[in-house]
Amino acid sequence: APPKAIPKTIENQRVYDETTVDPNDEEVAFDEATDEFAPYFNRQTVPKILITTSDRPRGRTVRFCEQLATVIPNSHVYYRRGLALKRIIPQCIARDFTDLIVINEDRKIPNGLVLSHLPDGPTAHFRMSSVRLRKEIKRKGKEPTEHVPEVILNNFTTRLGHSIGRMFASLFPHDPQFIGRQVATFHNQRDYIFFRFHRYIFKSEKKVGIQELGPRFTLKLRSLQKGTFDSKFGEYEWIHKRREMDTSRRKFHL
Amino acid sequence: SPQVVWSMLGNRQFCSYKMTTKTQNFCRNEYNLTGLCNRSSCPLANSQYATIREEKGRCYLYMKAIERAAFPRRLWERVLLNKNYEKALEQIDENLIYWPRFIRHKCKQRFTKITQYLIRIRKLTLKRQRKLVPLRRKIERRERRREEKALIAAQLDNAIEKELLERLKQDTYGDIYNFPIHAFDKALQQQGAESESESDAEREEEDDEDVDKREFVEAEDSDLSDFEDMDKLETSSEEEQEEEEEVEKKASHSKSKGKTPLKGPARRKRPYIEIEYEEETEPTTKTKAA
Repeated sequence: APPKAIPKTIENQRVYDETTVDPNDEEVAFDEATDEFAPYFNRQTVPKILITTSDRPRGRTVRFCEQLATVIPNSHVYYRRGLALKRIIPQCIARDFTDLIVINEDRKIPNGLVLSHLPDGPTAHFRMSSVRLRKEIKRKGKEPTEHVPEVILNNFTTRLGHSIGRMFASLFPHDPQFIGRQVATFHNQRDYIFFRFHRYIFKSEKKVGIQELGPRFTLKLRSLQKGTFDSKFGEYEWIHKRREMDTSRRKFHL
Repeated sequence: SPQVVWSMLGNRQFCSYKMTTKTQNFCRNEYNLTGLCNRSSCPLANSQYATIREEKGRCYLYMKAIERAAFPRRLWERVLLNKNYEKALEQIDENLIYWPRFIRHKCKQRFTKITQYLIRIRKLTLKRQRKLVPLRRKIERRERRREEKALIAAQLDNAIEKELLERLKQDTYGDIYNFPIHAFDKALQQQGAESESESDAEREEEDDEDVDKREFVEAEDSDLSDFEDMDKLETSSEEEQEEEEEVEKKASHSKSKGKTPLKGPARRKRPYIEIEYEEETEPTTKTKAA
């Protein structure tokens, strides 16, 4: 009888992406040393994050913002009150914020996320789906404490994924406090980024238990802009074009 | 004649511009001055009539005269009004100079309203516009399905656990967690015989110290659930921050007693009775009860 074949999964059959980052790639390493996140990774700047929403946020979005603020250390929530983003951004830079998160909502549920690195950094626009607030998650844990969580970034293979991963990493302070035993995970799978926030405990050397606390949501990248948020004149590094990019079931970009 | 027209259209016969609701009749004619269906507001039933209409932001005064009733093409005479509000009002006045009061008054009212809403449009276009992007049902469904499948394929819990264990192995956590079996063996292999004797000496010293420091606490069940463990560990971790030295000593003490089965960090870091002791006391209590 023929030997048992390895089952074909989408991950197995994935169309090879030429921009996949090789761990030893010099060019990528050089790029990363000189791009906008270099000051963060060299520990020169401490992340300070402003979370806001679109106009007139409704209940769910507001609660989600608050929970997000507890998850990300050193973050502040401010209400929008009809202010134009272009005017907020210079003010933020003046007050020393490093990142801006705008949660867009539609019909009382959050459905979009704009993450922009402030001193003239890239802006990423995501579509957010399946948002679960803390009380909707089935678990028995308490709230996240003030400890700085660890960050896990999974599966960001291509060049684009790499830069997005660094964007996420730059939200959190560089030195996690292991006493807190909290971990924030950004897991990329087939172009969907799943965010989870857990508390872990090592039961033994080979076993770890995790308990989910904190909100969860999934993101799908829509566009990446080079400068700060500017819809008209911005220079887009990557846009999701449905006609071209959604044709093959085995081709992913992140 | 206008009276005949009105007696036909107004009440009895059909007027295609007339819209009735429970309380009022409206007139959909674009030249109507007030928008209601009245004897004095009907542009069809009045041979001398005037309106204000705006086109692309500019306002015009339209006038209808009896002399031109036979020529539909030339029926409505159009006058462009000044952009200045007061001057335009004067223009209306001078054009409708001998006209009935009602029409003059209503024209000016209508003109005022139109200029107000034009101003509002201009203000709003300066503010942010909300662009409505239509969702495509098929695409939405496809995305949702793909997300579900990606979630299943991701196996998040396993991935996170693997990553955490990797990090533990790579020693990123330093000395916080001590799982003596592996680390101790590695240390033994790396350092060699000398370190063994050193660690023996350490063991003896620590035993002496700990005998003085140990407190006897009531016996705890060994069947704690994981979550209780975690909660307790949180509180104990808070205590830890204050008493770092003791923790280190106890940790190294537990390192020496590496062969006792570990029941989670909670056990180690609190003062505890040795397990052998517990087993002895239990049967005695049972016999006493019997």
